[in-house]
Amino acid sequence: MAKTHVTMKVNGAEVEGLVEPRTLLVHFIRENLQLTGTHIGCETTHCGACTVDIDGMSVKSCTMFAVQAQGSDITTIEGMANADGTLSALQEGFRMMHGLQCGFCTPGMIVRAHRLLKENPSPSEPEIRMGISGNICRCTGYQNIVKAIQYASAKINGVEFQEAAE
Amino acid sequence: MNDLTPTREQRTAALEGMGCKRKRVEDIRFTQGRGNYVDDVKLPGMLHGDFVRSPHPHARVKKIDDSAALKVPGVLAVITAETLKTVNLAWMPTLAGDVQMVLADGKVLFQNQEVAFVVATDRYAADDGINAVIVEYEPLPPLVDPFKAMNADSPVLREDLVGKMSGAHGPRKHDNHIFEWTVGDKELTDAAFNKAEVKIKELISYHRTHPSPLETCQCVCSFDKIKGELTIYGTFQAPHVIRTVVALIAKLPEHKIHVIAPDIGGGFGNKVGAYPGYICAAVASIVTGKPVKWVEDRIENLTATSFARDYHMTTEIAATKEGKVTGLRVHVLADHGAFDACADPSKWPAGFFNIVTGSYDFPTAHLAVDGVYTNKAPGGVAYRCSFRVTEAAYCIERAMDILAQKLNMDPAELRLKNFIKPEQFPYHSALGWEYDSGDYHTAMRKMMEATGYAALRKEQAEKRAAFARGETRDIMGLGISFFTEIVGAGPSKNCDILGIAMFDSCEIRMHPTGAGIARVGSKSQGQGHETTWAQIIATEIGIPADNIMVEEGNTDTAPYGLGTYGSRSTPVAGAAIAMAARKIKAKAQMIAAYKLEVHEDDLEFDIDGFRVRGLQEKFMSMKDICWAAYNSVPPGMEPGLEAVSYYDPPNMTYPFGAYLCVMDIDVDTGVYKVRRFYALDDCGTRINPMIIEGQVHGGLTEAFAIAMGQEIRYDEVGNVVTGSFMDFFMPTAVETPHWETDFTVTPSPHHPIGAKGVGESPNVGGVPAFSNAVNDAFSFLGATHIQMPHDFWRNWKAAKDLGAVA
Repeated sequence: MAKTHVTMKVNGAEVEGLVEPRTLLVHFIRENLQLTGTHIGCETTHCGACTVDIDGMSVKSCTMFAVQAQGSDITTIEGMANADGTLSALQEGFRMMHGLQCGFCTPGMIVRAHRLLKENPSPSEPEIRMGISGNICRCTGYQNIVKAIQYASAKINGVEFQEAAE
Repeated sequence: MNDLTPTREQRTAALEGMGCKRKRVEDIRFTQGRGNYVDDVKLPGMLHGDFVRSPHPHARVKKIDDSAALKVPGVLAVITAETLKTVNLAWMPTLAGDVQMVLADGKVLFQNQEVAFVVATDRYAADDGINAVIVEYEPLPPLVDPFKAMNADSPVLREDLVGKMSGAHGPRKHDNHIFEWTVGDKELTDAAFNKAEVKIKELISYHRTHPSPLETCQCVCSFDKIKGELTIYGTFQAPHVIRTVVALIAKLPEHKIHVIAPDIGGGFGNKVGAYPGYICAAVASIVTGKPVKWVEDRIENLTATSFARDYHMTTEIAATKEGKVTGLRVHVLADHGAFDACADPSKWPAGFFNIVTGSYDFPTAHLAVDGVYTNKAPGGVAYRCSFRVTEAAYCIERAMDILAQKLNMDPAELRLKNFIKPEQFPYHSALGWEYDSGDYHTAMRKMMEATGYAALRKEQAEKRAAFARGETRDIMGLGISFFTEIVGAGPSKNCDILGIAMFDSCEIRMHPTGAGIARVGSKSQGQGHETTWAQIIATEIGIPADNIMVEEGNTDTAPYGLGTYGSRSTPVAGAAIAMAARKIKAKAQMIAAYKLEVHEDDLEFDIDGFRVRGLQEKFMSMKDICWAAYNSVPPGMEPGLEAVSYYDPPNMTYPFGAYLCVMDIDVDTGVYKVRRFYALDDCGTRINPMIIEGQVHGGLTEAFAIAMGQEIRYDEVGNVVTGSFMDFFMPTAVETPHWETDFTVTPSPHHPIGAKGVGESPNVGGVPAFSNAVNDAFSFLGATHIQMPHDFWRNWKAAKDLGAVA
């Protein structure tokens, strides 16, 4: 199949590649760019493991063609850490609050939560739950993911995080 | 001592040992997208394989034409059963003593069965190839209803077994019959029923569902022709077992098979068995001389690899008028699909279903399980439960509620009246188990107090009165579950897989500078073993957990272990870890005695080193002992500090718990709301409370999914109608309730550190709590038992059938 040349910015770096028109963005990211932190869990846009941030929106990269991302600015989980290489507030929150177990949904969950906190820096618990409802986790039951996002929200806003009593 | 000398508390805290909410070491890589899962494995020249699957549930395969497929750019090979026959791999043995087609051999027996394997340069080309393979089928009548499997006029599914009236587990009664398994004293049980004052009988079904970890099953197989070695990267919960299975069926020398299970994206029982994809990828690698990757998509995962449950349990309890149980009789019709591919210990065709007497002192019981074939996917895996324990717990917990209803007695009171008493442990159950320990009354009362159970019942009575007066359309249910699990398979006297005893193992090597590596036969799929195993060692030998690296999943380096499923890691591997650590400690004590110039018996272990009894200043830290082990051991002692332990447990462990679900249901819409869910777990000694709570949250969420909607459903002609996350209920953060966790601690008397295992308890105990809540809500309207899953529509239908909705 004839290939198309695509260029985009991924985690701050200009990248390019030759892809078939039908190549899914997630495959371009994982196979061509070898950024394997973005995962595939369902291929039907239900689970959110493939979530990346494109031009300021959370996008499930398993149902978008690589050619559709031409010229866009993408951030994947590999671009989430702080500039100095330390864990971001969200990454730290997931670890501190035990917001992950097998780790397979985690990249998509963190990338989505990153955008959620940009949209709403101090979300309530229901807002967090609705905000991550496009991402499925099979391990944690979400409760600690909610706490992880609250932890990050507090840290970003410079306030003390208070864990809600069970 | 000066002010800088750490206190005992500080020294203990520095170890981050058992009981500590240690943050997980795995998370550093997982939160940065640096995990290494199977699909991340990329080898030079790697090809991709994918399946042509059957659209029919039951059909003869007349012809497979691959000529067009082989012309598709990128397609290199199409493997069929005929190809596999040349290497004697068209069929493979299952862990349950049956055989299973790897690729359709003359017939297909379930929809989406593997028919041919297309090998291509990339996954897109493989898909193109699949579309170009032309398969000619002759449809046959499907058998979908397990209750019709043994009818005289039912179609015979397994032509390979026709006339074989005996299987791996004894006589077969019909060509579609797999086994009958009976346990208990039939005569005594019949007698108990004959003189019973009160009896209940109900068909309690536990529907077919699926573990569906977020990462599907996948592998990369790479055969090196020059060396004659096969390397398999795979999503394996039991890597060593896979190596042995491959050695046995592919006739390769076992030392030339390297099985590597890297990071695994959840397992929940889905990744225990061997699937056609593994065999085909291995054969494809041998045929093409290139590494071959096989990655299941979600539809394939849901419809072809490993369903769970599908048990239809006719349950009877005999009791006195006062509510003392006198007998239990259960008959199970088990729908195994097209092949019996249960991943149970070999001698247990229905797993440990004979834990069905639960937490209650039944003087007698009898159990019979009939396994049958149908035109459905094979499996029967333990979806986050010890083998068939979830089915058993659901069966008895639902039945106890039905009995309470019949006796007009509070279900909590009925349970308290019939619990095995603390002084009865070790308790020998009527169906053959020896329960190691428990204190059920304390746990139950703690639950009732913590939830305000009496007040909730009062509120329910008021709500019911208000409903009767037409003031509300909401009904309220209280779902109690008091489960006893049986985990930690298992003792070699009764547990093996393909003849290999179900021990587990650990090897610890301490390095000169006081750091070390522990290799373990278990395999984490998210349980956090890299964190918790180090905590056990930290407490045992006094080296900080941060200085212990834990490695699992590589069969070349890890000692042989039976893997992680059935909550066996902590009961079995956890014990092996403690025992290996104690060997290290014993040698360390000899070294310390030599260095401190005292007799070994004059030393006592003190947090992080050995101290001469009564001489505060004569102390040698474990760190210093590690160094000494490499330069100044006692004369005659071998240098080094390492140990291996293979642990054959003397008994299973029996975690238990008391759960309560408070639910409100709107009868007009069937919409339910879980108002409160309280889970008290007793898993014995707690290694890492943070991880335990996380396990409980996750298990409860899976239980919630199963009880309230998650189902693998077939229509009447054998089409699977729940093949994606659109149709197969996957709760999101919005639907998932808030979980309250609590605990009691009753250590296992036979486990080195007293731990019992917890990962599966919440799934086992959660399902009956949800279902009992729904049934309890509807009970005052006349319902006795409403089948799961309790989705909105079924709730509305129940209300309608009971006359509560016009």
